Amino acid sequence: MRWTLWVPLALFTFFLGLAAYQLSQPKDDVIVSGMIGKPLPQFSLEPISPDRPGVSTADFKDGTPKLLNIWASWCLPCIAEAPHLESLKEQDVQIIGIAIRDKPEDVARFLNRHGNPYTRIGSDDLSAIQFELGSSGVPETYVIDSDGMIRYQHIGDVRAEHVPMLIQQLEAAR
Amino acid sequence: MIAELGLAALWLCAALAVLQLIGGALAQRGDNASDLAAMVRPAAMLQGLLAGLAFACLLWVFAATDLSVKLVATNSHSLKPMLFKLSGAWGNHEGSMLLWVTVMALAGGLIAMVEKRLPEKTMQATLAAQGFVAIGFYAFLLISSNPFERLVVAAVEGQGLNPLLQDAGLAFHPPTLYFGYVGLSVAFSFAVGALLTRNVTPDFARVMRPWVLGAWVFLTLGITAGSYWAYYELGWGGWWFWDPVENASLMPWLAATALLHSVSVLAARDALRTWTIMLGVVAFSMSMLGTFLVRSGLLTSVHAFAVDPERGTFILFLLGIYIGGALLLFGLRAGHVREGERFQLTSREGALVFNNVMLSAILGIVLLGTLYPLLTEAFDVRVSVGPPYFNPVGAIFTVPMLLVMAVGPLLRWRRDSIERIKLPIAIVTSIIVSVAVLAAIMGDMAVLPLLGLCVAIGLAVASFLPLRGRNLLRVPIATWGMVLAHFGIAVALFGMASDSAFTKERLAALQLGEEVTVGDWRVTLDSVDPVAGPNWTAMEAQVSAWRGSGAPILLQPQSRNFWAPPMQTSESALATQWDGQLYAVIGNRTEDGRWQLRVWWKPFVTFIWYGGLLIALGGTLAAIGRVLADLKRRSVRARANSRRTERREKGFA
Repeated sequence: MRWTLWVPLALFTFFLGLAAYQLSQPKDDVIVSGMIGKPLPQFSLEPISPDRPGVSTADFKDGTPKLLNIWASWCLPCIAEAPHLESLKEQDVQIIGIAIRDKPEDVARFLNRHGNPYTRIGSDDLSAIQFELGSSGVPETYVIDSDGMIRYQHIGDVRAEHVPMLIQQLEAAR
Repeated sequence: MIAELGLAALWLCAALAVLQLIGGALAQRGDNASDLAAMVRPAAMLQGLLAGLAFACLLWVFAATDLSVKLVATNSHSLKPMLFKLSGAWGNHEGSMLLWVTVMALAGGLIAMVEKRLPEKTMQATLAAQGFVAIGFYAFLLISSNPFERLVVAAVEGQGLNPLLQDAGLAFHPPTLYFGYVGLSVAFSFAVGALLTRNVTPDFARVMRPWVLGAWVFLTLGITAGSYWAYYELGWGGWWFWDPVENASLMPWLAATALLHSVSVLAARDALRTWTIMLGVVAFSMSMLGTFLVRSGLLTSVHAFAVDPERGTFILFLLGIYIGGALLLFGLRAGHVREGERFQLTSREGALVFNNVMLSAILGIVLLGTLYPLLTEAFDVRVSVGPPYFNPVGAIFTVPMLLVMAVGPLLRWRRDSIERIKLPIAIVTSIIVSVAVLAAIMGDMAVLPLLGLCVAIGLAVASFLPLRGRNLLRVPIATWGMVLAHFGIAVALFGMASDSAFTKERLAALQLGEEVTVGDWRVTLDSVDPVAGPNWTAMEAQVSAWRGSGAPILLQPQSRNFWAPPMQTSESALATQWDGQLYAVIGNRTEDGRWQLRVWWKPFVTFIWYGGLLIALGGTLAAIGRVLADLKRRSVRARANSRRTERREKGFA
C-alpha cells in the first residue's frame, strides 16, 4: 500500500521530463494560410498614385504570375522591404500594390523616397480587400499565378533571403 | 514615480515572503524557537497590504495611460474606454501574474489575521508554505516579467488591446479564474501545513472548506463566463471546444469539486484524510499546470496569450519545485497520517467516495487528452484531440457519477441500506426511463444527447429529494446550497443535451430581402450597411426574424474590422427567447453580391449558463452556511470554555 503514495510523484516527474524536453525543442509552428489554392476575391480598387492605374481582379489573369504586395506609407517594415521589392522588379517580376488606409500625398512621398516597384497601385481605404485576402497586417506579399489563384502568402517584410524563394514560387506558378 | 512605488512594494513583498518562510520553518524546530516565528502572521498581513498597493499602482498607470511604462505602451491606447484601460492592466502576461500574487497575498493576509482554530504550529507551517509559493511568483515577476518596466523613451501612442478582449464579460473572466486558483493555493498551503505537522483533523477540514468552496464558486463563474464569451464572441455557435485553455480551467474545477466533497467527509466524519490532502495538492497543481500550458506555448490554442518558451521554463521550474516538493512530502509523510474513521460502502461517505473516484477519472481523461499531443509530438506525430475523444470517454464516467449523485445525498452517514431509499430510487429511475421512451418515440437522437436529457431530467427532480419531508424553514443554508448546486448541474446538462440534440443550423448566401427558414423561424436579410465605432469599422446587417405570426425580432450581426491592431472579428447577434436562442453571424460578400448569413436556432442553450450560475449560487450558499455554522460552533465552544474556567476559579472543578 505504501508504494501507492509515490505514484503521483512518479507521474508528475514523467510529465516534468516530457514538458522540459518539449520546451527545449525548437518550436516549428508554420501554419499554411487558408487562402492558398483559392482564387483572388473579386475587387476593383481606385488608383491612389497619379502615374499608376488602379487594381482589379482581372489584372492578375493576363498569363504571367505576379506578386501582390499589401503595404502602406505609414508602415515602417514597408520601408525596410522597399529595396528588396526593387531588386525583384529588376529581375522582371511584376509587383502589384494595394495601399491600405492611405492618402495620395503620403503615397507619393513614400514612393519618391523609397522607390516605386509597382506596376499598379490600388487604394483600399477601409482594409476591405485586405481582409478578404486573409491578410491581418502590413506588409504581406502574395504569389498569384497566371489564372489569378493564390499560390503563396508571405507575412511580414520581404528580406534579402526571401527574394530567391519568391522568384522560385513565381516560377512554379507559371 | 507611481510605477517605481509599485516596484518597490513588490520587492518588499518578496522580502516579507522570505521572512514568512524562514519564520514558519524555524517554528517547526521547537516551541517558539525564535522571535522570527512570532513574525510570521504580521509578515503575511503586511505582505497582503503591500501587494494590494503594487496592484493599485499598476491600475493607476493604466488609468492615466502612462506611456513611459512598457506594459501600458504595449497593451493600452489613449482612446480606449476607461473600463478597458483598467482591464488592460490584467489582460496581459505581467499584469495578470501581478493580479494573481496580489490576490494570493491578500488571502494569506486574511488567514493570518482571522484564522485561530488550528494549532499555531500548523498555521505557521501553512503560512510558510504560502510564503514559499509567493516567493516563486515574486521572483518570476521581478526577474523576468516586471510589469513596471519603463521605456527609455516614452511611446507616442499605445499599441492597443486585442480587440477580441475588448469585452466587458471578458474583462472579468480572467480575474474570476485567478480568484479561484488562489483559493486553491490557500487549500494547498493548508494541506502542506497539515502534512508537515502531521495534523490532519476535522478542524483542519473546516478551516480549509470555505477556501475550497470559494475557489470552486469563482472557478464555476469563470468557466461559465468564459464559455458564454466563446459562444457569442468567437461566432462559431459552439460553447465548448475542448481547447487546451478551456481544459486548463476545467481541470482545477474538477479537482476542486472532488476536494470540496472529500473535505466535507473529513469535516463531518474524520475519514478520507490522506485522500483530502492529495486532492488539495492536485487541485493547486492543476491550476499551475493550466497556467504553464497557456503561457509556455507548448500546446497550440486559439486563445493562448503571452506565449513565450522562456516564461514557460520559469513556470515549469516553479511547478517542479512546488508540486514536486509537495508530492515528495506526500510520499514521505502521508504514510504517517493516522487512518481516519471507517465506513460501509452503502453510506453517504461511500457515495461521496464514488463521486470522488469518478471525478478523478474524468480529470484524468481530460488531463490525458490535453497532454496527449505533447506526448506524441515527442515522436514527431502531430495530433489534435477533440470532442470525438472527450465527449464519449468523459460520458462513461459522468453518467454513473450523476446517477449516484441523484441518490447519494439521501443516504445516511456511516451505514445505510439501499432498502431504505428504494422509493426515491424508483421515482428517479421511472422518470429517466419514461423520458428515454418519450424521446425514442419522438424521433431518432444520438446516444449521448439522449442520455444527457434523461439523466438531466431525472437529476433535476432528484436534487430536490433531500428536502422531502423536512420543514423547509429549518433546512440548513448549506443543504440548500447543495440542492441548488446539484439542480444547477441538471439544468446545465439539460442545456448541453438540448443544444446538441435539437440545434438547427442554416448557412445561406442571401440577396437583400431574401428569406430563409431555420427550425420554425423565418429569417430575412433586410439590409447591410457600414457602421463605425470608436476604434473599428463594420458591416452591419439588419436581419428580421419571425416565429408564427408575431412581431419580427431585429438582429444586427456585424463583421467588424479593428485597426489598432488590425483584426477582423464577427459580432454575432443573439435573440434570447425563454426556450432558446436565435444566433446570427454575417460573413463575407460573395462574388455576385450576396451576403453569407449563418443562423442557428438553439433550443434551451441558455440553460447551460443558467445552470452554471445556479451551481455558483449553490456554492455561495454552502460557503455562507458553513462559515455561519462554524462561527456558531466557535462561540458555543468559547462559552463552554469560559464557563469551565469560571467554575474552576470558584473551586468546583
